[in-house]
This record gives sequence, C-alpha cells and structure tokens, in this order.
Amino acid sequence: MHGIKAIFKKELTDHFSSYRFMILFALIAMVSLITAYMVGLNIKQELEGIAKPRFVFLMLFTSTGALFSLVQFVAFFGPLIGLILGFDMINREKNEGTLSKLLSQPIYRDSVINGKFLAGVVTISIMMVSIVLVITGLGLKMVGVIPGVEEIWRILIYLVISIIYISFWLGVAILFSITFRSIATSALAAVAVWIFFSFFVTLGASIVANALTPDVGDSSPESVVRQAKIQQAFALVSPMELYTNATATIIDPTRKTTRSIVLMGPMEKLSLTRFSGPLPLSQSILVVFPYIIFLIAITVVCFAVSYTVFMRQEIRSL
Amino acid sequence: MNKQPIVETEDLTKIYNVQVAVDHLSFSVVEGEIFGFLGPNGAGKTTTLLMLLGLTEPTSGRARVLGIDPTRDPIKVKGLIGYLPENTGFYNDLDARQTLRFVADLNGLPRDVAVERIENALKTVGLENETEKKVGVYSRGMRQRLGIAELLIKEPKVAFLDEPTLGLDPDATNRMIELIATLSKKKKMTVLLSSHLLHLVQRICHRVGIMIKGKMVAHGPMDQLAKEKLGLGKEKYTLEEIYMKYFQEV
Repeated sequence: MHGIKAIFKKELTDHFSSYRFMILFALIAMVSLITAYMVGLNIKQELEGIAKPRFVFLMLFTSTGALFSLVQFVAFFGPLIGLILGFDMINREKNEGTLSKLLSQPIYRDSVINGKFLAGVVTISIMMVSIVLVITGLGLKMVGVIPGVEEIWRILIYLVISIIYISFWLGVAILFSITFRSIATSALAAVAVWIFFSFFVTLGASIVANALTPDVGDSSPESVVRQAKIQQAFALVSPMELYTNATATIIDPTRKTTRSIVLMGPMEKLSLTRFSGPLPLSQSILVVFPYIIFLIAITVVCFAVSYTVFMRQEIRSL
Repeated sequence: MNKQPIVETEDLTKIYNVQVAVDHLSFSVVEGEIFGFLGPNGAGKTTTLLMLLGLTEPTSGRARVLGIDPTRDPIKVKGLIGYLPENTGFYNDLDARQTLRFVADLNGLPRDVAVERIENALKTVGLENETEKKVGVYSRGMRQRLGIAELLIKEPKVAFLDEPTLGLDPDATNRMIELIATLSKKKKMTVLLSSHLLHLVQRICHRVGIMIKGKMVAHGPMDQLAKEKLGLGKEKYTLEEIYMKYFQEV
C-alpha cells in the first residue's frame, strides 16, 4: 500500500505544481466565470417582476449565456482536462528512464498505474468542485437566490457524473501513454480521438440515419421517428453524447426525457400539461440511470485495458 | 568457498519472441565480494539482472537471491537489493533530498529513519553540498552518485550496478569506482557490477564472469582465468587480454 500512497502523493504534487495544470485551470476557471456571469445577468433580467420559478439556481448551469452553458462547456472541453493530465503519464517515465527504477523499488507494478490514475481523478475532482463552487458563489451574489436542498443534491450528482466523464478521458490518455512510446504521438492520438468522438460521431450519426432510412418522398411519422431513433442510438457511441444524456434530467429537471423529440398523441399531450411540473429527483435519476451506468462502465473498461496492457509489458521495452 | 552464495542461478534462460537473450546461465556470487559482470553489448547482462530482480520472468531455469526466488516473491527481493539501472533517470524538477525522500516513501520507511538515511547517503556519495540544486542541472557524474545514494536508502545487502561508469569522465569514473570499493568494504555490501572498463573492473573486482551471446563463457577469480587462458601467473596479465581471448574464441 505504501507504494500507491507514495506515487499518489508525488503525482498530486506534480500536477498542482505544473504549469500545464495552472494554465488549464486558469482557462477553465475564466470561461466558467464569464459564462456564469453572463447567465447570471440574463436570469436576473428575466426574473424581474415575475414569481420565482423552481430550480432557478440550476439555470446558472444550464442556460446558454453568450455562447454556451457551463454544462455544454464541460461536455465539450472537459475531455481536454483529462487528456492533458494523462497523455504523458507513463511514456514520459519510460523516456526519462525513471520507470525501470521506480519498478525496481519494492512496490507492485499496478501501484504505479493505480497511484497515477487516482492522483489524476483527485486533481480533476478538485478542479470541478472548485469551478462549481465559484459559479455557485457568483450565482448567489448575482441572482440572489439560495439553492434548495434538492438543487444541491442535483449539483452534487452532476459533479460526480462530470468527474467520471473526465476520468474516462484521463483513462483514454493513460492508455495512449502506455501504448505509444513517443509523447507527441500519444498527445496527437488522444486529441484525434477526442475530436472524432466529440464532433464527427454526431455528424456521422445523421448521415448513417439518413442512409438507413431511405427517403421515399413521404415524411410519414414512422419514418421520421425511425430515423431519429437510429441517429440517437448511433450518437451514443460518443461519450460526449452519453454524458449529455446522463446529466440531462439531473441538472435540468424540467426535461422529462433524454430524447430530443417526443411523439405525442392527444392523451400524452394531456398528461404532459397535467404534470407540467419538474421531474422529482428520484425520477430524474431513474431516467438517466442507464447512461450513468454505461459511462461508469466505459471508464472502468478503459482503465482495465490500460491496466492489463501495462502489467503485461516486458520490462525491457519499458 | 565457505561463504554462502548470495546470488545463485541455475540454467536461467530468457527468450524474447525467438531471440535467446540469456542461455542456460549458471553462476553464483558469494557474500561480500565484488563480482564483475563483463561482456559485449547485447550479451544479456541487463536481462540477467532484471531476472534476478524479478522484473522479468525467466523462460526457464531458476534464480535465487538471498535465498528467495525473485520470480515468486519479487517485492521482497526488490526490497533487499539496491539496483542502479543503466542510464538511470531522475525526476528533473526535484532536488536531491526530494528524490531520496520519494525512494524512502516507496520503501515504506518511517519519517525519522528516512531523514537519517538520506543524510547519511548524501554524505557517503559526497553530494551533501549540492542539495540546493535541482537534479535536472546535475552533471552526469553527480547523477550517477545520486543513483548510488538512492540505492543506499534501502541499506541493501546486495547491489546490482548496471554500467555505473557509463559516460563518465576519467575523474568521475575514478570516484565512482572508489565509492563502490568503499561500500563493499565498509558496508559489507555484495556488489554485482557490469562494466566495459576492464582495467577498473580488474582493480576492484574479486571475481569476474564473462558473458557472450547469452552464455557465461568464463567465471571465476581473475588469476584462475589468466592461468587457464594465458598460462600466466599473478600480476602479469590484464583483464583485457583475457577478455579478448574469450571474445575471439566465440
């Protein structure tokens, strides 16, 4: 156990004293502050003179201010935090010849990768928590609304999902840092995967859906739904889409489903107007639960693959 | 040979894919001696050391270090052996004390023991006045001495030194060799040393093993090898002559 502890301690110190981390943190803190400020101004104007709706506080995170909401920002650029923290974790040690010395100490080989991953996750957590706290503080001051217990719970769950999501990308980066010897290659590969999954999969989803549902000239509801379903299913390949779905009803309780189109008959329309209030927390969790589980699963799988590859590598090639 | 062997191998073999790196190696190192491990590049010296440390699994054969099988219980073996890898690397943004502190943490030493050992190790290798600098600005000689300090933190009974003099200038090389000789004498450390600088090996080693293409072609006290190969008595040969003789034969 002292192996993991020692490596964890050292990695954490390294993260917090590195320029890389400081630049990243400054950038993200700046963006979130600006976003929160814009959103805060918006909300303040909109709320002037009307009765306070429920869950105003969560709107700080979900409504788009100038360009994007904080939730969208994390979905897009959160991965970069993970990638930047992890892309050279193992291969830098290989290249500088410190890994073989590290492994010749009386520690288990997995302590190295466990300690490093753990330190990365803790760094990500500290980053995310402080950003959310800053926004919360700013929101309190600007909007003048105190978050309710349920809102705090929702923010906490959102935080946990976000940390898992960014940790997944950290896992991807560590996997690349194990498989590629060159630091530049692993950085490029990691960024390529991020761009592919974040931008192209969503684009590709509509292309695939179009191809699979031939346009026969009639835009019958069935074919529209079929196309939308295929598109959504395909888009789930992207962890970003998964994350967006997983946090959807958590941070935005007025959403009832993660789907973007809902086909409604008259009865459903009626029930929707009868129950127009926000979804209770337990129901919100229920809606997104599969996505959360899936997000955890891919994170675990990704880490497990890195773990296995690292444990099986010949020391001579390290 | 009434002293017990510290390192012992029996038909130790390592095959990478199809290439035989170490071929049925059997040798032993006894307590308190400095054993010179010689051989051309790629002869399998480093692979042998890695197997003795339990960092690589042998394809077949058996090794024992201090009576422990390194394949079975690598953690225990690694805790008892000090290893200085070839081209050893350091975390450049740490200073000497932080570097040694990290090693102490990895070995699970309590704080007070660690502090004492760090100061002692720094003094032994003569780096006690260089602790303000980051390791990144150290010269090669200083880095190698820091590497020795790192293994002293464990207070090991056995030290494996893989090319400790590689790339050092003559003065630094001398200091390194002196340091190794002192450690062997004062701390009663058994040293397994691989090097290409044969005249230095001849100066400090008690016995040598010559390894060529994965096989140990000769193994014993230098006098004995000289007698066998060159038919010469004491003090009239150089290790280089013996080495070249074996090398040409293979």
